[in-house]
Amino acid sequence: MNLLERLILHSRRRSPWLYHVNSGACNGCDIELSACLTPRYDVEQLGIRLQGSPRHADILVISGPVTRNSLEALQTVYAQVLEPKVVVALGSCPASCNVFAGSPVVVGPLERYLPVDVYVPGCPPRPDAIIEGIVRATAILAAKPARQTEKEAVQ
Amino acid sequence: MNLGIALLTTLIFPGLLYALPAGWLMLWVERKAEARFQRRIGPPFFQPFFDFVKLLSKSGVPRPGLDGLMMAFWPLLAVASLIGALALLPVFPRLGGFAGDLVLLVGLLELPSICSVLAGFTSRSLFGEIGSVREAVLSIAYNLSFLMALVAVAVDARSLQLSTLATAHFSVGRVLALLAILLCLPAKLRLNPFSQPNAEQEIYSGPLTEYGGPQLGLWELSHSLEMVALTGLFASLVLPRTGVWWVDALLFVAVSFLLVWVLAGVAAGTARLKIAQAVRFYNQWGLIAAALALIAAGLLPGGGL
Repeated sequence: MNLLERLILHSRRRSPWLYHVNSGACNGCDIELSACLTPRYDVEQLGIRLQGSPRHADILVISGPVTRNSLEALQTVYAQVLEPKVVVALGSCPASCNVFAGSPVVVGPLERYLPVDVYVPGCPPRPDAIIEGIVRATAILAAKPARQTEKEAVQ
Repeated sequence: MNLGIALLTTLIFPGLLYALPAGWLMLWVERKAEARFQRRIGPPFFQPFFDFVKLLSKSGVPRPGLDGLMMAFWPLLAVASLIGALALLPVFPRLGGFAGDLVLLVGLLELPSICSVLAGFTSRSLFGEIGSVREAVLSIAYNLSFLMALVAVAVDARSLQLSTLATAHFSVGRVLALLAILLCLPAKLRLNPFSQPNAEQEIYSGPLTEYGGPQLGLWELSHSLEMVALTGLFASLVLPRTGVWWVDALLFVAVSFLLVWVLAGVAAGTARLKIAQAVRFYNQWGLIAAALALIAAGLLPGGGL
């Protein structure tokens, strides 16, 4: 691995930008994710930023049990995130549908539709757990090859 | 005009070799200061550099045809015009070099904003278009007072030559004009309370919503260069010249960074205004300051304070 590739992988690990999607969550996990940005937890120390557009993101943070209404939007947003990308499932809902399991409007769990890299369980998970999950996700990002085109990633 | 000195200012100081690291450093100072004002710790020192390298290494958005070409062209044009603007800054007015005038500098400083408006419309994203409209409306609002203030500086010194403007004596008109320029800086850099064009969580990322990967990296670069150029313009107009080149250069850098720190303080202490409120602010306070500067400059030319 040459110097340039090492620099790329290192900066990828140090600068994870998040895009957060709520696929029918109760807002509990979303509030905990917002809490990570506050002075008490301050994830900007790790270079983590919450971005406004999925095009800018490296890590897709998804909360909620995936409702029928949100599924198509979720898949569109996943496709809009550029390679290399990682998916973090926030809370128990995307993992198991939690208390919403069996509902006629819930089509989850998330695994059926998107490849999930990191699960952060909890209802809701504490901000410490979310930060640990994101740090693990950055390690997965940095383990991907330094140069990869969109086509290669799909294969 | 001396070709050697022109190359020196373009490539070394205050051109590329200074502006690239200074731009990253200014982004860091801005984010760090904002974090410290909010009692956070803030990003590590190399953060803007890591962000830039990461964005360059990401895959781009495949976009066929003319749209793709135009989307790639706007950030390049913005970066190129800012490098040109940086080379024109009169840091060492007695040195000669490329004797540009104010009109060229203003044009080059205005291009990135126009590029970003066009980028939003080219992307055909609804949020990009809303961001572009906001950017266009805001730029008309602040440019009225910004340009009037620059005209006041020029009238005061009775010249359009940048080197003459930089060494002119202070007068009532010049101080008022500098105040008006200072009022316009947060809007030109799209910092709070004038961050309407790229209002995240409201219209995604404004004109840059559809950008990603290396092209977004170029936009980040153009934003950082814009910061260097605009704070540099203010610094070169406000600084007294000692004649010793390294003292001048150090003072220039120090004032630029101090200005970034002040702007970050303003950004941390305010919330985003509505677009109508922002326009009203510039049509009242910006215009009042700029008009008074113009009147004072016309009536009391070069009057020492």
